[in-house]
Amino acid sequence: MFGLDKKDTRMLLVVAVLTLCAPFILNPFPTDSAMAQFNAGYPDLMQRFVIFGIFAIGFNILFGLTGYLSFGHAAFLGVGSYSAVWMFKLLSMNVVPAILLAVVISGLFALLIGFVSLRRSGIYFSILTLAFAQMSFNLAYSVLTPITNGETGLQLTLDDPRVLGVSATADGSIPVTSLFGLEMRSTFEMVVGPWAFQFNAGYYLCALVLLAVFYLSIRIFRSPFGMMLRAVKSNQQRMNYTGLNTKPYTLAAFVISGMYAGLAGGLMASMDPLAGAERMQWTASGEVVLMTILGGAGTLIGPVLGAGFIKYFENIFSKINDTVLHNWFAFMPDGLEDFVVFIVHPFIGKGWHLTLGIMFMLVVVFLPGGLVEGGQRIAKWVKGRKNKDDSTSATKNPAE
Amino acid sequence: MGILEVKNVGKRFGGLQALGDVNLSVKENTVHAIIGPNGAGKSTLLNCLVGKLIPDTGSVMFDGQSVLGRKPYEINQMGISRVFQTPEIFGDLTVLENMLIPCFAKRDGAFSLNAITSVPSETDVLEKAEKMLVEMNMADKRHMHSASLSRGDKRRLEIGMCLSQEPRLLLLDEPTAGMARADTNNTIDLLKEIKEQRDITIAIIEHDMHVVFSLADRITVLAQGTPLVEDDPQNIRGNPKVREAYLGESA
Amino acid sequence: MDAILLQILNGLDKGSAYALIALGLTLIFGTLGVVNFAHGALFMIGAFCAVTVQRILNLSYEVVDETQKDFLGNALKVKTSYVESWFGPEMGGAIIDWAVPIAIIFAIPIMIFIGFVMERGLIKHFYKREHADQILVTFGLAIVLQEVIKYFYGANPIQTASPEALSGVANVGALFGMDIVYPVWRIVYFFFSVVIIGGIFSFLQFTTFGMVVRAGMADRETVGLLGINIDRRFTIMFGIAAAVAGLAGVMYTPINSPNYHMGMDFLVLSFVVVVVGGMGSLPGAVLAGFMLGILEAFASMNEIKSILPGIDQIIIYVVAIIILLTRPRGLMGRKGVMEE
Repeated sequence: MFGLDKKDTRMLLVVAVLTLCAPFILNPFPTDSAMAQFNAGYPDLMQRFVIFGIFAIGFNILFGLTGYLSFGHAAFLGVGSYSAVWMFKLLSMNVVPAILLAVVISGLFALLIGFVSLRRSGIYFSILTLAFAQMSFNLAYSVLTPITNGETGLQLTLDDPRVLGVSATADGSIPVTSLFGLEMRSTFEMVVGPWAFQFNAGYYLCALVLLAVFYLSIRIFRSPFGMMLRAVKSNQQRMNYTGLNTKPYTLAAFVISGMYAGLAGGLMASMDPLAGAERMQWTASGEVVLMTILGGAGTLIGPVLGAGFIKYFENIFSKINDTVLHNWFAFMPDGLEDFVVFIVHPFIGKGWHLTLGIMFMLVVVFLPGGLVEGGQRIAKWVKGRKNKDDSTSATKNPAE
Repeated sequence: MGILEVKNVGKRFGGLQALGDVNLSVKENTVHAIIGPNGAGKSTLLNCLVGKLIPDTGSVMFDGQSVLGRKPYEINQMGISRVFQTPEIFGDLTVLENMLIPCFAKRDGAFSLNAITSVPSETDVLEKAEKMLVEMNMADKRHMHSASLSRGDKRRLEIGMCLSQEPRLLLLDEPTAGMARADTNNTIDLLKEIKEQRDITIAIIEHDMHVVFSLADRITVLAQGTPLVEDDPQNIRGNPKVREAYLGESA
Repeated sequence: MDAILLQILNGLDKGSAYALIALGLTLIFGTLGVVNFAHGALFMIGAFCAVTVQRILNLSYEVVDETQKDFLGNALKVKTSYVESWFGPEMGGAIIDWAVPIAIIFAIPIMIFIGFVMERGLIKHFYKREHADQILVTFGLAIVLQEVIKYFYGANPIQTASPEALSGVANVGALFGMDIVYPVWRIVYFFFSVVIIGGIFSFLQFTTFGMVVRAGMADRETVGLLGINIDRRFTIMFGIAAAVAGLAGVMYTPINSPNYHMGMDFLVLSFVVVVVGGMGSLPGAVLAGFMLGILEAFASMNEIKSILPGIDQIIIYVVAIIILLTRPRGLMGRKGVMEE
């Protein structure tokens, strides 16, 4: 289907079902049960899942295929956000032109940075992209204040022109983002018994975009172009002596992944029309690297898994505090309970980054293929055990 | 007039004169061997031919066009393919994919943003690659990871990849270095087959006399960066100067 | 003329910090072939060594002093630090005042130990892995170290004073018959870094150990073939590089109050310094460190900023990009090393 082979079609369908049914899947616990804190089916959180999923899918096209490790991808996300907000300020609150501009501008920006950075490879490339991103952050934070509004961040105001829309709504407030009239914030709540499921227009827009770009990334992975990118990672020398110019290949991959990042930034601004410099900081670039590695760089589904995993646990871990911990470990004797809470305490709440850092190191050391490789290993292990059972029973049979 | 004309090529690294004044003419559809003791400048010369190095003096003409100042990939697109001393293949890719890449390079040129079609739908390229795998006797290994091939198979694959580009000149850099006797003989047989069945010129740098004398139509002996003598194999064998400079030394 | 000299001085302290961190990065890259993204964290840990020493020295107990009353008429509780009660108020006070320099003594063994643990426990396993993996794992480590420090010391910058005798300003221009007033501690920092850099260079130049390390940097395999245990020496070099970064951090605390993310801020710039100086070149790292520090100082002059607003924020990156485009191996990089 759609020009994909069976396996890829199945994967696309699985992702489609997961994203479209996310409001159900992520809200498995009744609203007033004790477990409700593990629900993640809130519009803003679900939006973050898919937006970062798009970001990571794009990053993976560069890093997963060509092996070029960019530490500055957040710059493109930031550029996308700023472009989109400007579109809301100047043109209209419709998200389509905003997202289109975000993709175009970030693509141009990526072309510029990629052209310079890709003159080097390996560590040099990583450092160059890091330097560029940090420079963009500094620019956005201070120098380009007229465009970025510096520290405060770029926001909508009542006196923005919005030539195709209105500067202010009838009741005097700032208009909200919409898709041809469908407000992004509009949410339909479905109550089934003790459960409440939320269906948000903005989330479904992001989810559809995710599906489209996920499909595109499958096509790129399976195309001759994708094969060339893997060849770049494998052996540049052989590429050169096979009559292939590696520069435009890597540059194309860089620009495509920059456009994915810009798309993510544009969507982010479409859900919540503001943009700040901190979106461009190197920590944000590091985060997308984490997502991709954790999920499994170079695999199709990995980045989506990684993004969902990190954003989910970020949300959950940040919510847990000592009281919650005491409740969990209440079954233990008092002294032990306090001790366990004491041990776990640094890793929860504000300590989420510590957990993330440790998890990241463990993955790089023990599971370089990320969650996808982990899943494959488990599958193999289960299969291996099954086969062993079969073979032992097979050897037994003749004896009977 | 040969297909490859090297005139007065010199190359200096700091204080070391790696190539003095090299003149070489490789005739079309012959096998031309370049031999010489270690440090004679064989590899430097080869690197000057493929664009990895730019000589300080002289000219290198391929089929009437200068190759100097061109990038390796441009020289390859002119019709020169190179086989490396240690096989350079795409270790992370399967054998079939390895063979597909030069076929795409031949069809689409140095760069093509062919990002939407899928590889299996490119039947013309696929057929060509499969055919070459059959010719190289590697069809049964097509889905293997190429990094897990044996040394001899890697060499075969690399030669096949170069041939699938239909080059006019094939450069081989000590293709049997570090190989066991059996693998060496297989490689010689393969090269003989290529020589007989294709319109192709082969220039080979080699250390192993057995390989050289089983293949070459013409031999150039390099010593200390300059050609000592260029002649037919039977004359080289008896040439006292060569014996002194090279064969005597290795015996 | 005064203004130019002042800017050079202004650039020296930051330049010194860049040079020291870049020197350590280069040592580690040159010897172990590893790109250490956690090197900034070592700088930060050094700074927190100073904070810790200061806190320990200030540990105190309370005594009720009946002779003094507060405004409610209760006896006043007076805090006395243990150090003061042991060495007497004068000597004790001096010790507390000199906490930052004293921290050097503690920081050296601590940093070397941390360096050993890092190298033996983690980085050793990454020599044969790709550079991308090395970057990733040290990046993860940097996050962890940073978060651990944040857990114990909080997220806010912690003010750490220099000894009172060195906290004033001095007229350094007097030497040249000019009037340039400049903080004493920054001058101390500069000379301190010159001593350390000089120490490292003479260590590498004049000792057998250093000779072997230099030979190993040039050609690891050959040195290994000579039967010299190069790995152990490299471990020691890692410890030394960690100590250099740590000391740079200790002494930097009075200039800039340490916070948990200061390491990363310096790391990014130090990488740029290494790239400008030439990957693998020790003199290049030092030269580029000072050069970029001074350049940054000049760019923050009001005269320059009024022409090119914000240039001070990006000057280092702009220079780095220009250098990489025109001279890819950096100012003093060796030919053939990391040129691709």
